[in-house]
Amino acid sequence: MHSFPKMKKNIFMLIEAFSEAFGLILSADADLYEILWLSIQVSLTALLISIALGLPIGTTLAIANFPGKTICITVINSLMGMPPVVIGLLVYLALSRSGPFGVFGLLYTPTAMVIAQMLLITPIIAALTYQVMEDLHKEYRDLFFSLSIPLDKAVAAYLWDARYSLITAVLAGFGRAISEVGAVMIVGGNIDHLTRVMTTAIALETSKGELSVALGLGIVLLVLALVVNGLVTTVRTRARHYGYA
Amino acid sequence: MRHPIIKQLSFVALCSFSIFSFADSIIVQSTTSTKNSGLYDYILPKVSTDIGIKVNVVAVGTGQAIKNAQRCDGDVLLVHAKPSEERFVAQGFGIERFDLMYNDFVIIGPSDDPALIKGSNDVSEALKKIAVAEAIFTSRGDDSGTHKAEVRLWKDSTIDPTKASGQWYRETGSGMGATLNIAVGMNAYALTDRATWTKFGNKGDFQIHVEGDQKLFNQYGVILVNPENCPNVNAAAGQKLIDWLLSKTGQDAIASYQVNGNQLFYPNAR
Repeated sequence: MHSFPKMKKNIFMLIEAFSEAFGLILSADADLYEILWLSIQVSLTALLISIALGLPIGTTLAIANFPGKTICITVINSLMGMPPVVIGLLVYLALSRSGPFGVFGLLYTPTAMVIAQMLLITPIIAALTYQVMEDLHKEYRDLFFSLSIPLDKAVAAYLWDARYSLITAVLAGFGRAISEVGAVMIVGGNIDHLTRVMTTAIALETSKGELSVALGLGIVLLVLALVVNGLVTTVRTRARHYGYA
Repeated sequence: MRHPIIKQLSFVALCSFSIFSFADSIIVQSTTSTKNSGLYDYILPKVSTDIGIKVNVVAVGTGQAIKNAQRCDGDVLLVHAKPSEERFVAQGFGIERFDLMYNDFVIIGPSDDPALIKGSNDVSEALKKIAVAEAIFTSRGDDSGTHKAEVRLWKDSTIDPTKASGQWYRETGSGMGATLNIAVGMNAYALTDRATWTKFGNKGDFQIHVEGDQKLFNQYGVILVNPENCPNVNAAAGQKLIDWLLSKTGQDAIASYQVNGNQLFYPNAR
């Protein structure tokens, strides 16, 4: 009956939250930059390691033939859907002082967060690489074979040909890494000035009921994603431009 | 990988992780209320200037904090569930338990107060009214200190709310803040420590309905994790922190923390 004015009031509150959030971004302080920078560092490091692992794994699966290959592919495809919180739990148990790798004292450090994110996104990059490379291999295998082109040259040609699709795979991995909260919360501990990243900060502010602050941090994270994707798109278009010039 | 910018970035990223290792730092496994209320933000800079120790706080529920400390993933335990803390020490996981400070629990709820408990200072009576009215009550349900206290309060009121789990009794399985957000969203009652509630920013039209009962007393304790059980424990630094917290300086610092003119924690170390 009287729900309409209430709804109007609530929409107004949402707009107010957004404007407060933007205000907070404009008045961004050193703490915010520290958190943002750590997010980028952790996710970028995890991404680089995942590329170093995922590209060879995906390529090998696409090109080599060995027993159990189908099982490998199924496992990697399934690992793409692994919930971050489960990865976090596994890494926690492994790095805990009473776990097998406890002696290294890595729990509650950024390194632990890198390990968790790396485990999370390596299957994504490997699976997407496999998909792209397999399609190319099917198409060119016979041609390259008839021309007696050695395998390493063929793989190099595939990688070059698939570079745009692979960039998309890498972006998917980065997006997953920088946006996940479940794993880094468990293995990082959301420690102020040590392991607090954007997503755990958002979770903390939400739990404090500071919803505008949380929203502001969310917008910053979104802007970061936009910048990264914008940069990649620019590089791609320019590369294409020169490629066809 | 051959791109120089990527190489540089990864170098910077890897190098900057190592800068934390040389400081004398310890990990405190803590309940969430002391963090969410802003107490650590207020006293830890003082700790750093007074005794030169960097304190890293991992704030989880009391139950999880105790489990983490049992696995040696912390140097100091700061929680609020006395029986569990005493068991922790008795089992050899901790050296000694000290009373640190206290505050109290309150029952908060919507201003229209469907169970008519406003102004009560008898928590058993209020919980009975909530159960009779089948008014929605959100429970932490996560084995935290507040959850343990809540379970004890229901027991005292001779009601077993878990029979109505999923109906009017809703266990969120989440932290205090998340549970308060859910309570506000569902027009539900909830038990919370006063500190978290005072600092909470999403109160809506919610207010404190029940307070002042002896049973709502909330004691915080601090324990050094036993280095005989966990050789990695930085016992010297951990003991220094505990000594500081229990000293007059530390106790005065705790007492002087205020939010909107309200004192949130009352030191009571002996």
